[in-house]
This record gives sequence, C-alpha cells and structure tokens, in this order.
Amino acid sequence: MKSLLRLLPYLKKYKRTLLWGLLTVVMSNVFTVFQPQIVGNAIDKLKIGIETKNIDGAGILFYAIALVALNLIAGIFTYLTRQTIIVVSRHIEFDLRNDFLKHIQKLSLSYYQNTPTGDLMAHATNDIGSVRNVVGPGIMYPSDTLMTLSMVLVMMFLTNWEITLYALIPMPLVSYAVYKLGKQIHKKFEERQEQFSVLTTRAQENLSGIRIVKAYVREAYEIDRFKKLSWEYLKKNLVLAKIQSILWPLMFLLVGSSLVIIVYVGGLKVIHNEISIGTLTAFFGYLTLLIWPMIAFGWVTNLLQQGAASMGRLMKIMDTEPDIRDTDETNISIKDIQGKIEFRNVSFTHKNTQSPTLKNINLEIPQGTTIAIVGYTGSGKSTIINLIPRLYDVTDGELLIDGINIKKIPLEILRANIGYVQQETFLFSDTLKENISYGVLKEKTIVKEKWNNGVLDDIVKAAEVSQIAKDVKEFPKEYETMLGERGITLSGGQKQRTSIARAVMRNPKILILDDALSAVDTYTEEEILKRLRNVMKNRTSIIISHRISTVKDADMIVVLNNGEIVERGNHEELVALGGIYADLYEKQLLEEELEQL
Amino acid sequence: MNDDEILGKAYDTRLMKRLIKYLKPYRWHVVLGIFLSVIVSGMEAVRPWFTKYAVDTNIANNDQHGLLITAIAFLGLLVIRGLVQYASAYLTQWIGQKTIFDLRMQVFTHLQNLSIKFYDKNPIGRLITRVTNDVEVLNEMFSSGIVMVFSDVFTIIGILYFMFTMSWELALLSLSVLPLLFYGTFLFRRKAREAYREVRLQVARINTFMQEHITGMMVDQIFNREKKSYNQFSEINAAHRDANIKSIFYYALFYPGVDLIGAIAIGLIIWYSGIDALKGSLTIGTVIAFFQFNEMFWRPIRDLSEKYNIMQTAMASSERLFKLLDDQTLIPNPQTPVLLEKINGDIEFRDVWFAYNDEEWVLKNVSFKINRGETAAFVGHTGAGKTTIINLICRFYEFQKGQIFIDGIDIRSINKKDLRKHMAIVLQDIFLFSGDIKSNINLGNDGISIDRIKASARVVWVNRFIEKLPKQYDEEVKERGATLSVGQKQLISFARALAVHPKILVLDEATSSVDTETEILIQQAIKKLLQGRTSIVIAHRLSTIQRANKIIVMHKGEIREMGTHQELLALEGIYYKLYRLQYKEQEKIIVGNSGK
Repeated sequence: MKSLLRLLPYLKKYKRTLLWGLLTVVMSNVFTVFQPQIVGNAIDKLKIGIETKNIDGAGILFYAIALVALNLIAGIFTYLTRQTIIVVSRHIEFDLRNDFLKHIQKLSLSYYQNTPTGDLMAHATNDIGSVRNVVGPGIMYPSDTLMTLSMVLVMMFLTNWEITLYALIPMPLVSYAVYKLGKQIHKKFEERQEQFSVLTTRAQENLSGIRIVKAYVREAYEIDRFKKLSWEYLKKNLVLAKIQSILWPLMFLLVGSSLVIIVYVGGLKVIHNEISIGTLTAFFGYLTLLIWPMIAFGWVTNLLQQGAASMGRLMKIMDTEPDIRDTDETNISIKDIQGKIEFRNVSFTHKNTQSPTLKNINLEIPQGTTIAIVGYTGSGKSTIINLIPRLYDVTDGELLIDGINIKKIPLEILRANIGYVQQETFLFSDTLKENISYGVLKEKTIVKEKWNNGVLDDIVKAAEVSQIAKDVKEFPKEYETMLGERGITLSGGQKQRTSIARAVMRNPKILILDDALSAVDTYTEEEILKRLRNVMKNRTSIIISHRISTVKDADMIVVLNNGEIVERGNHEELVALGGIYADLYEKQLLEEELEQL
Repeated sequence: MNDDEILGKAYDTRLMKRLIKYLKPYRWHVVLGIFLSVIVSGMEAVRPWFTKYAVDTNIANNDQHGLLITAIAFLGLLVIRGLVQYASAYLTQWIGQKTIFDLRMQVFTHLQNLSIKFYDKNPIGRLITRVTNDVEVLNEMFSSGIVMVFSDVFTIIGILYFMFTMSWELALLSLSVLPLLFYGTFLFRRKAREAYREVRLQVARINTFMQEHITGMMVDQIFNREKKSYNQFSEINAAHRDANIKSIFYYALFYPGVDLIGAIAIGLIIWYSGIDALKGSLTIGTVIAFFQFNEMFWRPIRDLSEKYNIMQTAMASSERLFKLLDDQTLIPNPQTPVLLEKINGDIEFRDVWFAYNDEEWVLKNVSFKINRGETAAFVGHTGAGKTTIINLICRFYEFQKGQIFIDGIDIRSINKKDLRKHMAIVLQDIFLFSGDIKSNINLGNDGISIDRIKASARVVWVNRFIEKLPKQYDEEVKERGATLSVGQKQLISFARALAVHPKILVLDEATSSVDTETEILIQQAIKKLLQGRTSIVIAHRLSTIQRANKIIVMHKGEIREMGTHQELLALEGIYYKLYRLQYKEQEKIIVGNSGK
C-alpha cells in the first residue's frame, strides 16, 4: 500500500477538482438520505387517511413530488461526482502514461535488450489502468460509502435506534463476506489464470513443434496431453465457480435477513404503537441505500490492493536511472563536431556476460575518410559502431571524437551529427516523407510552406542518393504513401534504401552503415555507393558489410575476429595477406560463379 | 428493438444453431439449470408478497404470533432460495465449462490433423488465440448466457404476475415508466457504445504507438526524436483521455437517470394510492410491496441488455472458430490404403514436380533412386530444393506431378501415419518440448521403454551427458530446451530418431557451429545413426557427405549432378565449387572413417 503514496504529487495537481468532487459526494448523500423518510411520511399520511376515511390527496402528492425532486437534486450531484473524480482519474492516467514514456525514452539499448517489449507494454497499459482504478473508483466509492454509511446510520438511529441495531447485525457480514470471498476468488482466479497460461504454453509448444509431432505420429499423444491440461483447467474453473457462486446468493441472504429482521422487530413495534407503519417503510428504504456501499466496501479493498501492486511495478521502472546521459562532465559549450574518431584501447563487455565482446581496439579514423569493417558473424562489428552514437558506453579505454572524450560531448549534439543505418531496418508506420525526414526536427525552425518546398526537395535528394527515388515514383501517392500495416509493405531492399535516405537527410558528419546494403542488388549498391561518396566528401563514413563489393573501395578496411582487430589495410593489401579477408573474398567469388550456373 | 440489434440477431441464428449443438450432451443439465433458475425467479417474486402479508395481515391485526411465523417462513424462504440459487449458479458454470472443454478439444484435435501447408498460411499466434481466448469467450455465453436469459425472463414474468394479481392499477403505473427506461437505456447504450468504440480505437492507437516506439526506441534516440515522439504520443494519449471522459459523461448521466426513473415510478405509486386508497381495495401492505417490486424489476431488465453484449462477442468468436473447424487443408488418406507392416526402405522419386504456390516450381522433374540401407546426401545452395525433398517424402506436402515410391509402392496409396511410422526425422531446427529428457526421446510413446531410451542414448553418445545430470533421464527440460546447449539438443534429437527403430532416416543437418569436441561427438553419432538404414541427409558436414553412397547435387530445383565424392570432385562442376565454398575447411575436424 505504501507505493500508492507515490501518487500524491499527481493528486496534488488536481487538488481543487478533487475537493469539489468530495463535496458533491456529501451533497448527493444529503439529498438521498431523506428520501426514505419522505416515503415513510407518505405511507403514514395514507394510513391516517384510510383510517379517518379522509385522505389528504394534496399532501400525498406533495410527498411524491418532493421524492422526485430530491432524487433529481441528488442525481445532479452524483453526476457531478463522476464528472469530477472519475474525470480527474483519467487526467492522472494521462499524466502517468506521459511520464512513463518520457522516462523510458531515456533508457539505453542495454535496458531494452534485457527487457521484453511485452513487459513494458503490459506496464504501460494494465498497470497504469489499475492505478487509475485507485484514483477514480478507489476514491469515489470509499468516500461515497463512508458518507452514505454515516448519514444513513445517523438517520436510522434518530428514527429508531433499536430496529437499527437489530437490522445492522448482518451488515458487517456483508462487507466481510465480500472482502473474504473476494480474496478467495482472487486467489482461485490467479490459480485458474496460471493453468490457463500453462494451457496456452502447451498449445504454443505443440503448434510450433507440429512438424515433429506429425513426423513421429504423436498426434494422439499430444491430444491426450492437451486434454489432461484442459481438464485440469476445467477443474480449476469449477473450484472458482464454487466460490464465485456463493457470493450473490449469500449477499441476497444477508440483505434479505436484514429485511426479515426489520419486518419482525419493526412489525412488533408497530403493533405496540411505538412506531408508525411509515417509519417501518422508511427502514426498508434505508436498507436499500445501505446494500451497495456494503458491497462496494469489500470490492474497493481488493481494488486498492491490486492498484498498489501495479504502482509498485511502475515505480520500479520509473526509478531505473538511465545509464547513458549527460552528466556534470559534459561540456555544454560543444555545439558541433567534425568527425574524427579515435578508439584508444577500447574494450567492451555486455551486461550480464563475462567475456568481452571487444578487446583492446585501437583505431584512428581521420575526418573525411571511409573505413570498412568486415568479419564473421559475432566478431563484434555491430558493437564497435554502437559505441559511436553511445548506444553503449565503453567498458575500458577511451573513445574520442575530434580528440575529445565522447562522454564530454552533449548526447544531443553527438547524435545529431551521426547518420546511422541499422542492420535491422526499422521504419515507422507513417508516410515515406515522414520516415525519410525523421531525423530532421522541423516544426520549430521551418514554417509549413517552406517545409513543403525546401524540405521536400531535400527529401527527394536524399531519396535519389539512396536510389529509393525511382521506386517512390511507382507508389500511388509517392512520398505521401503510408508504410506498414495501414499502407504498403516495402521489400527488404526498399526498406534499407529508405533508411539510408533517412540517414543522409540529416547531413551527418559521420555516416554509419551497418550491413545496410545486404538486401540491395549489386548494381544498385554500386550506384548508391557512388552517390554516397559524393555526398560524404569531407565527411566520415563507416561501413560494415559481408560483401566484398561494398567495402573494397574504402580508404581502409579493418577485419575483426573475436572482438579484436586482426587485419587492416586496403583491399589489395588484404587480399595479398591471405588471411580472413582473402578467404571471404575467395568465397564471394565462388558464390557469384554458383549463382550464374 | 433497434436495427443494430435486429441485424445482430438475424446474423446470429446460423451460428447459434451450430453452437447449441454443443449443449446437446448436457441437455438434461440445461433443463435442470433452467428449472432451478425458474424456482429462484419465483421465490424472488414472492418476496414483496411476504412484506405485504406481514403488514396487512399480521401487523394490521396486531397478530404478534402470526408475524413471527411469517418472519420465520420468510427467512426459510430466503435460505432455500439462496441454496437453489447457488446450485443453479454452479450448475450453469459447470455446463459452460464442460461445453467449452469439448469445443476446445475439438479445435485442438482439428489442428493436429491439418497439414503443414495450413501452418504455413496461419501464424501460430493466431491459432493459439483460437484454442485459448476465442473458446474462452464462449464460456460466458454457454454458462451465464443461455441459462441466465431464461432466469431473467422468468423473473420478469414472475414479478409481473404478482404485481398484476395484487393491483393491476399499480402494476400499470409501475410499467408506465418502462418506455422511458427503455428509451433512456437505448440512447445510453448507443452513445456508450459509440464512446466505447472511440476508446477502443484510441487504446489501439496507444498500443500501436507504444509497441512501435519501444521497438524502435534506438531509432528515436539516434535521430534525436525523443521530444517529437513524446509530443506525438501525448496527443494520442490526450485523445484517449478525452474519449474516456466523453464516455464518463454518458455513465454519469445514465446511473442517476435510472435512479430518477425509479423514483418517478415510486412517486406515481404514492400519488395514485392517495387517490385510490378509499375507493379500491388498496392496502398499505400492497403499496409497500410495490416499492419493493419496483426495485426488483430493474435488475433483470438491465441484465438482459448486458447479455446482449455477451452474445455479440460470442458470435464474433464462434464465427472465427467455425471458420477454423471448417478449414480442410489436409492431405487426405487414400480410400483403400495399402497396409505397410514392414518395409525394406527402397526409395524412388520419378519425375516429381512440386510448387508451394501455383506454378512457382520448387522441384522440377526430380528423379532418383536410393536402395535399401544406402545413404544419399543432398547438397546444394540455399533454396536449391533440398528441404522440399524431405517435406515430400514425409508427406508434409502434396506434390503436383510425378510419383514417389517406397518399396515400389506409391506413397499416395499409404496412410500418412502408416508411412511415418517407419521413418524418423531430424529437422535442422531442433525442437525440444518442455518435460523431461526421457519424454523428449520417446515423445511420450509408452511403447518405447526406458531401456530402449537408454540404449538409443548410448548409441549416439548422449548418455554420458545425461548420466551426469542430477536426475538423469528424469531431468527437467525447459521450453524449447532453453537450458541445454546446441550440441546436447542435437544429440538428444538423434536419440529420439533412433528410439523408434526407423527403416528410413531423414536428417537435415544443423548448421550451427559447435566446439570441436562436440563436433567430433556429433560426427560419430551421425555415423551410427546412418548405419544399416536407408538415409536421406541434407548434408552440411564433409564427413557425412564422404560417407554417403551417393551425393545428389541440387541446383535451382533440379538435380544437376549425382555420384560419389571423388567422382563429383573430378567433374569440377557445381559440387566442386560447393566443396570449396562450404566443406573444404572442415577437413581439419573430420574424424576418420575408422572411428577415432
């Protein structure tokens, strides 16, 4: 429950509205609590009328109208309660979710590698949802319950304390039963859910391994196995049903026995002329008013517990410090970078692993040159370039840009000057235009009109460099074409070329291509490289590739093996060396020959 | 009531008829359930009558003793009602659970029978949803849906009966607000559904955005887009909030509104009783009873509209389920199958053509023969059609042209299960099930004893590893064999293949690299595996290829070269190139044919 205290700052923001909300709760109760009394009065008047054979029709009509009027006023306040407290809960949910995103935006690559997307999604939806329940219903119902309870009880005691005491006997049982049963139900429900996920996992496993199942003719066995789990699930459900089915009958019984008590005790009092028949009727009314708050009481308790657990989980994420960010060491006077890169004795070890991925890397990349990195899968190529935009920080050694330790350069400046094309292309489900201009922050600097002319030119230029432009012409809406689920699906090569355009569009001082041409045919590749050389004149380029054709013209080629640089030089030198590079080269030639057969 | 509903209902009948069939085995339970719920409804309707009796008969006549008896009878009624209600609630749940159990098993069994082609077309995630969630949704319909609808209807009828017998004037007055209630509920439901749709839409947008930007978080960071993405998100988030606030408005209006309509009904009763009390037979007890009737009346009416929603979702789910159950993507067994008790293991492909879709031929005119006991190694570049050969011989897919023979019998005249019984298949992507080592070797087949399991493990050298485990053959295996190394998984899958004593072995060698020691172990194991049985191997190991009686070189769906290692090298064709590309380096770690 302590974790719910973290909600206080959020609640504070809406202090006034919440206070108004609480006031409306009080008011609606005030107008509700007199209603049974009015009904009672009407009955009394009716009875006297029947006995004296002279009914005060106008008087009774007055009560009828008063009842409707009171109900209307109470209703208006109930309406206002929802419009304040529940609405605030939606505002707080909004704030919480915004803060959540803002926070996770700061977390680094290694966090995302260790946290499944599904988990984060669940937190952003379910947990925030159940925290909202605490703020909305969790505030509205308890306050309403408390108000109703105290007011109705006061009214009842004032009317007749003796009947009240008797009638109340079953009431605490109602709350207790809801609370206890609720807890049991929750527990059994969890057990049921567990079995459900066992069932789901089994289905998943069976369907993923369907080839083995079929190949070994194990269908019957698999069906039997699933049947057992399914049966187990059925049993868990029935256990749950057993408890769940108690709830409502018990509730009716308890409330009903209160009614019986009122009929009997109240009836005796009417017989003894201690109270009127109208008072007895009023008691029926009071009883009705009490039922819902009693049920809500037990229910809300469970709600709060779940909310607290969710808040705890959320806070765990919100309290995670981003490990890569600007610090006191950052030199905020740096506004630009040139693009000279130097690795000095750099080693890198992934979190939660023992052996280093990169060992003693020493490499100098002069500004304006193109270097290529090659090596077998898992040799550390991607890791080495992930250090440059600080997706990871070096474990040992130093990485310098323009001779300055990379950690001293403001993160935003550093990344703004890098055009990075990742190995796994990631495009957003948005228009092509939006995707290509993704790294250009526009709305602040460019007015809309200029955006349409100037920037679109830039987009087309970038698209031409990456050779996606000719494809775009074929698309129905050209640069306005939507990508992804709601639009067209690009081929692997088109995706790569789009993301190259996205990087080029930034006019970066450093361009990084991580195996970014693998799905592009060799002819187009040649065209792209030619144009890139033009655009990247005087800028630094780093190219990772498996294909020799991509890297052979680089100023320097570096061969990585098991996290170490084992060969370096230009194409001719490395082929002559007869090492890993030469081997890769030879295989490439063979592949090409095979392709042509 | 409204177009939407009529449309929905009409749409239902077809599915409903089919759904109802699932209740057939439990029809007597359903009858009992309805009977019990009718009793509950009846007792519910009697309640206000007791109050009236107490007021008019006991209290009005100062009959203390009578009041006590009435109270006790009342209490007794409540207890009995509680018990019956409990029984009825449990029974309905029981019916629902039994029914969906049957349905779930039917869906699962159906899935087991569908062919691999079906699995190519349907993502597994979606199929899982069918087996789990879609079936689950129907539970509510089978349990609360059908029986409770009866219960609600009977409750309403019961209440109406008592109301009209007590005072038809008051009964009509109570009912007079119903049109208002119906109209209000109808308006509310329409508006609330619209608002809800908007909320769902926004929730989906939030989820899509979140999903996309969490996955692409690094792109956001590299391109300095955090702020912009945040603003974009904030907009969607705000739209979600506003949609919710809009729906709050309807709820905030609806609940007090219903209360108000109830109060109007009570007001009307009070007003009328003031007019009528002297003329008619109206008693105080009757008036009080009507207050209670009014309260009771609302619940089942509100419930009924809720049931409508349950039905709607149930229809959507059953539509999907039935579509799956009607899918007949399977390779039919022959009408009069040739029984296959024992086989020798001669295999022949004769002019086989195959395409996964339409006319994109993956195999073109493929013919070859493998004699019993021989090993044939298939080599070729990715996409050459090697895996397809395996898929056809296992009858995972139906081929379009040509013939495949086992011992001279066309495999299309053999039952699939009968055929597969004589084969063992080791796929490249080793699949281990959660459970234990033992059950991963015999795949739950009790016909394969623990001794046979151990013997198989011994042959492929995996026993040494297994026997070092704390629980040996009972050691737990996690999902997909997560705790085991690649090499261990391979060896276990070899033992699995051996345990069925196959006449034909189909092996798609895994390419993943393992350390030298394991590599030697695997090479030795494969050697044992191939001994004395017809084997088809998609080979990635030079050692395996060299041991083969016949190497079949596939290229772009065709057989281009065939022969022994030496013959093909001498040819200097495709095999020669493949050899230099893929196998040459392996010479270092080849274990000699002698074994050590």
